[in-house]
Amino acid sequence: MVRFLGFGAGLIFVIALLVGALMPREAAVEDPIKKIHLYPEAARWQQDGPLGMGVFGTYDRAQLQRGFQVYKEVCSACHGLERIAFRNLGALGFSEAEVKALAKAREVPSLDPQTGEPSTRPALPSDHWPSPYPNEVAARAANNNALPPDLSLIIKARPDGKRYVHSLLTGYDKPVPQGFEITEGLHFNPYFHSVAIAMARPLNDEQVTYADGTKATVDQMSMDVTAFLHWASEPELERRRQIGVATLIFLGILTVLAWLTYRKVWAGVAH
Amino acid sequence: MVSTTEAHPGAIGAGRMGAAEAGHEVDGVRRRDFIYVATGAFAGVGAAAVAWPFINQMNPSADVLALASVEVDVSAIQPGQSIKTIWQSKPVFVRNLTAKEQQEADAVPLSELRDPESLADRTLEGHRNWLITLGVCTHLGCIPLGAAEGENKGDYGGYFCPCHGSHYDTAARIRKGPAPTNLVVPNYMFKSPTLVEIG
Amino acid sequence: MSFPWANHYEPKHPLMQWVDQRLPLPRLVYNAVGAGYPVPRNINYWYNFGVLAGVALMIQILTGVVLAMHYSAHVTTAFDSVEHIMRNVNSGWLIRYMHANGASFFFIVVYVHIFRGLYYGSYKAPREVVWMLGVVIFLLMMATAFMGYVLPWGQMSFWGAQVITSLFSAIPLVGEAVRTWLVGGFAPDNATLTRFFSLHYLLPFVILGVVILKIWALHIPGSTNPTGVDVKGPQDTLPFHPYFTAKDFVGICVYLMIFAAFVFFMPNSLGHPDNYIPANPLSTPAHIVPEWYFWPFYAILRAFTVNFLWIPAKLWGVIAMFAAIILLFFLPWLDSSRVKSTSYRPMYRIWFWVLVVDVLILAWMGGAPAEEPYVRISQIASAYYFAHFLIVLPLLSWFEKPLPLPNSIAESVLAKSGHRDDSTAPAAGAGHAGAAAAPAE
Repeated sequence: MVRFLGFGAGLIFVIALLVGALMPREAAVEDPIKKIHLYPEAARWQQDGPLGMGVFGTYDRAQLQRGFQVYKEVCSACHGLERIAFRNLGALGFSEAEVKALAKAREVPSLDPQTGEPSTRPALPSDHWPSPYPNEVAARAANNNALPPDLSLIIKARPDGKRYVHSLLTGYDKPVPQGFEITEGLHFNPYFHSVAIAMARPLNDEQVTYADGTKATVDQMSMDVTAFLHWASEPELERRRQIGVATLIFLGILTVLAWLTYRKVWAGVAH
Repeated sequence: MVSTTEAHPGAIGAGRMGAAEAGHEVDGVRRRDFIYVATGAFAGVGAAAVAWPFINQMNPSADVLALASVEVDVSAIQPGQSIKTIWQSKPVFVRNLTAKEQQEADAVPLSELRDPESLADRTLEGHRNWLITLGVCTHLGCIPLGAAEGENKGDYGGYFCPCHGSHYDTAARIRKGPAPTNLVVPNYMFKSPTLVEIG
Repeated sequence: MSFPWANHYEPKHPLMQWVDQRLPLPRLVYNAVGAGYPVPRNINYWYNFGVLAGVALMIQILTGVVLAMHYSAHVTTAFDSVEHIMRNVNSGWLIRYMHANGASFFFIVVYVHIFRGLYYGSYKAPREVVWMLGVVIFLLMMATAFMGYVLPWGQMSFWGAQVITSLFSAIPLVGEAVRTWLVGGFAPDNATLTRFFSLHYLLPFVILGVVILKIWALHIPGSTNPTGVDVKGPQDTLPFHPYFTAKDFVGICVYLMIFAAFVFFMPNSLGHPDNYIPANPLSTPAHIVPEWYFWPFYAILRAFTVNFLWIPAKLWGVIAMFAAIILLFFLPWLDSSRVKSTSYRPMYRIWFWVLVVDVLILAWMGGAPAEEPYVRISQIASAYYFAHFLIVLPLLSWFEKPLPLPNSIAESVLAKSGHRDDSTAPAAGAGHAGAAAAPAE
């Protein structure tokens, strides 16, 4: 009985599916953007480690500090970094006093202790990086209705994040293909999903002056700020890998011991 | 119940195993023991190592630890007044003692006290008028009255805990009631004459 | 216990005797996973996956309880609290990555376990209830995993909740009402998040309960084995402890190594980047996909593109997706072949591997965008999925001529390991030789 009912149900499902499969398809409208859109270009950072496998790679502290400088002097005008507190910047190699000074240089929203009116005060190390706009409406109003995303998680929030950000930042020089119209107020960038991005070209050569004398080319600044943003997305990365290596070594030995135990227990037993 | 096979669960090959190892029985036993002990010990170490993050996650997180110290501006506190502030999620009383209150505290012989400490022990050199204590009764953790204007300051003019009736004097020392010790003085320092860092 | 030759628990220490007489818990453990449970001696490493699933469940419960200490189930704070776990809580990143990857690994283990059951006929009499309880666990796991994925309240969380709850709106007449009831509003919002959190905390313990029932049911007939021949006597079995505890421990170590490699070195490779973007009810991601372990069923859902027999395509998809799982409940009666192990079923062996490839194709299609040629491939692959269980399997039972079965497990073991027969212990079981080809019913 079950078999007959099942047989019938199976036939109906199969026919319904095959009818669908045999139906002629409307000719697919080709999406012109798909042809222009480019996937991120290959690039490698120190934290990617030897062979790019990322097992032993650690952040380059000097690069993180340069990247932070690029973020602070260029990106932070429009993009927030709300999940990073000033105290976290110690991980970039800044001393406690430097962190305090960095915090003090930024104002964070507060209440006036006398009047209770909204006001600002210099940030403390425990404060988070203040957002450039008080809310989304203000952000859109200031940016031609585009919303500059918060960058704290940007590397994890995009496929192939580091390469994507780097390609995007350096992808403004590509020529607009023949016959492709870019809406007024948008900019052509083939690495952006719609190839028309609201953000104007953010980096130009020598835009920042690096304290360590590194030449500030667009490519250099882009690599640096991407490294910094990777740290912002994954501050636990180095510790994670250290513990990971130790864990795998430990489990490797344990597996060998478990195997020897198994052999010993089963010695002489046919199976 | 079939009992004949009980002693030899691994029936097939059991005899062969015995034959093969008969010659090195002592040796075999020792090596087997070593592997079992090593595996067990290793697994135990692993389990302990895994347990640690699961225990440690309940310790204060990084953002909580970042608030371990606070700065308090005391410029607006007049003699005889006090304020309540918060440090590590606990209330802190900052009290500007009047000359009279200081004299009262100094006048008490230490031998009369349950928890003998002088006012000088409980304040900083050069800032004897600033009495900074946790606002947590040492009995069972209630917040004593007396820090705000018009509150009951108890029989000794300091603080009074309404939960179980502990009276503290002007140096916040326990004088009467169930509390065992004086109100706790946290670590603090004057960064300037009007700015105190607690913690 | 149904094995008269099973070892009996005899506590030696007076304290254990005292406990055993009052609360026979040590006895229960001894009979369940100790020396008191006889297991076919020839089971292979594919049989490790049941224990591994238990390990995966325990990892999920342990890490989940800990995460719930730091998580905040509110739409305004859920995403922030997850990032708080990742950045501020001591070892929080480790525990969260274990939980997120642990879900994927739980499904990997369970999928292997299901296919092992399909290959060795573990669903056949007298183990139908064991199999059906397994399907119940699978359904509960899917519900739990789906609701857990909503909790971080990222973009994929939100739109996953939107899409999956919309499935219920396909039900005629009451669909919209059911969906509104499920999400507690007109779209996923705070009410949805809080109820999903509550259920996500509850269901794993329900799963644990069903797991206990399943182990109980399994212990009546005992495990199947690669020959599919029933256990006939003590020469066919070995006690669970120490033989299979030692073997399972090897499996657990290997499993943990692979698990650790993902947790520590590619913790986000099984997830979707969009879930690191906070939920935005006004903007749908360009390409919505569920977690990978739902892909085969997601492909079946999307494979129905035409209205057929006056039933709209959307409803067909929903019916078929649920039917794809529900039909597993009837598997013990759909396959009437008396031979359990596929090793002795020459025709079914081919179809089995076709099914494996078919499910892999369905998984691939479920993760692909809804455009040609993916849609057509998923339609054909879905058609085979239903045809396999509902048409091929019942027919095969009639046509197929199975290979000769070994007389007993012990005999097959000795033949395989090339041992001479002279050491074979007690002559028990020889009398059953003739009955081997037709397992008793």
